[in-house]
Amino acid sequence: MKKILYYVNQFFGQIGGEDQAHIAPVYKKEAVGPAMGFAKMLEGEAEIIGTLICGDNFFNEHNEEALAFIKDINEQEKPDIVVAGPAFNAGRYGVACAGVAEFFALEAGIPVVTGMYEENPGLEACRGISYVVPTTDSAGGMRKALPTMAKIAVKLAKGEEPVAEEDGFFLRGIRETVFSDKIGSERAVEMLLKRLRGEEFETELPMPEFDNVEPAHAIADMSKAVIALVTTGGIVPHGNPDHIQSASAQKWGKYDVSKLEMLKGDYETIHGGYDPVYANEFPDRVAPLDQLVHLKKEGAIGDVYKYFYTTTGTGTAVGNSRKFGQEIGKELKEAGVDGVILTST
Amino acid sequence: MATITTISESVGANRIVPTVAIPYPVGDPALESKEEPLREELVERAIKALKTDVEKPTIFKKG
Repeated sequence: MKKILYYVNQFFGQIGGEDQAHIAPVYKKEAVGPAMGFAKMLEGEAEIIGTLICGDNFFNEHNEEALAFIKDINEQEKPDIVVAGPAFNAGRYGVACAGVAEFFALEAGIPVVTGMYEENPGLEACRGISYVVPTTDSAGGMRKALPTMAKIAVKLAKGEEPVAEEDGFFLRGIRETVFSDKIGSERAVEMLLKRLRGEEFETELPMPEFDNVEPAHAIADMSKAVIALVTTGGIVPHGNPDHIQSASAQKWGKYDVSKLEMLKGDYETIHGGYDPVYANEFPDRVAPLDQLVHLKKEGAIGDVYKYFYTTTGTGTAVGNSRKFGQEIGKELKEAGVDGVILTST
Repeated sequence: MATITTISESVGANRIVPTVAIPYPVGDPALESKEEPLREELVERAIKALKTDVEKPTIFKKG
């Protein structure tokens, strides 16, 4: 029978609530909390050998210590499968489950099953390396989440490969080569015919889901508004002093443009994804500082924010892009900027 | 301000000004002396977009 190690936080480990979030990890050689219900769903294919319990704050604040403990337990117990959570929409718990998944899946090579709400901040870090079942945002969804997680664990115990569509976990973003007895054009025509007949068909390439952002209010008095200029067009001061990558950017830069009338003369592009001739000739074609300065002189806008923000958009990971956006957005908000013009190439 | 506005929509941008081309979103070297009025109009349109209340991703076309 395969051995399952279960991970929960202080709350689900029945130690206590927020007041116990500081506790260091403990290991119990029994099923605790959700692991008890989980144990009954394993169809005789696997058993729970023990439960790791760690305070959410401890895991996040003393990460190395927590992981060292978990590593020891792994060496002692040698589990075949690790189950964590579900964490629902609990942020610190989700990040802890992701940390557990990172250790077991990446370092120890042991498959990990967990569950989270789609907006849990831990999701991005672990969906690609573990099986993450979508849950509701609160623990009320426990009864629905556990059987799905258990079914995946049973499959793993039997040595079968879980499949996202059948087993109901978040797509992992892994592309695998599969063989088909029909070539692409045949499959495409079949799909088209099904569509024309109004029959159900399944795309082989699902489109990414659109992000929804609540629109900011309109700027009431533009003549007093501070407008910032941001670009993903890779426009940087000559020589690229901060070494921003020309593709797959790992960072962004900000430059004081308060004394400039235009970017032309001092700036160039390092973007590796488009023909740079026109931008190098006149970088304001990508980031129109000259026009904003002009509007300021006319009194149409109050001011141009002193810093210009820039990065390269080509090949840049969505995760990094999101991070850059949040970091830049935070700075602009704190600086009291009223509006942003973001240009992209 | 972007040329491939479907990407702007997919990332949740709410005020979108369609621009000229990927290597020169706010410009058009082929226009020579007529490039400046085009650039001015595009940036003014972006400012107008910031002054306009929207409820969902909205494309601000010319005129």
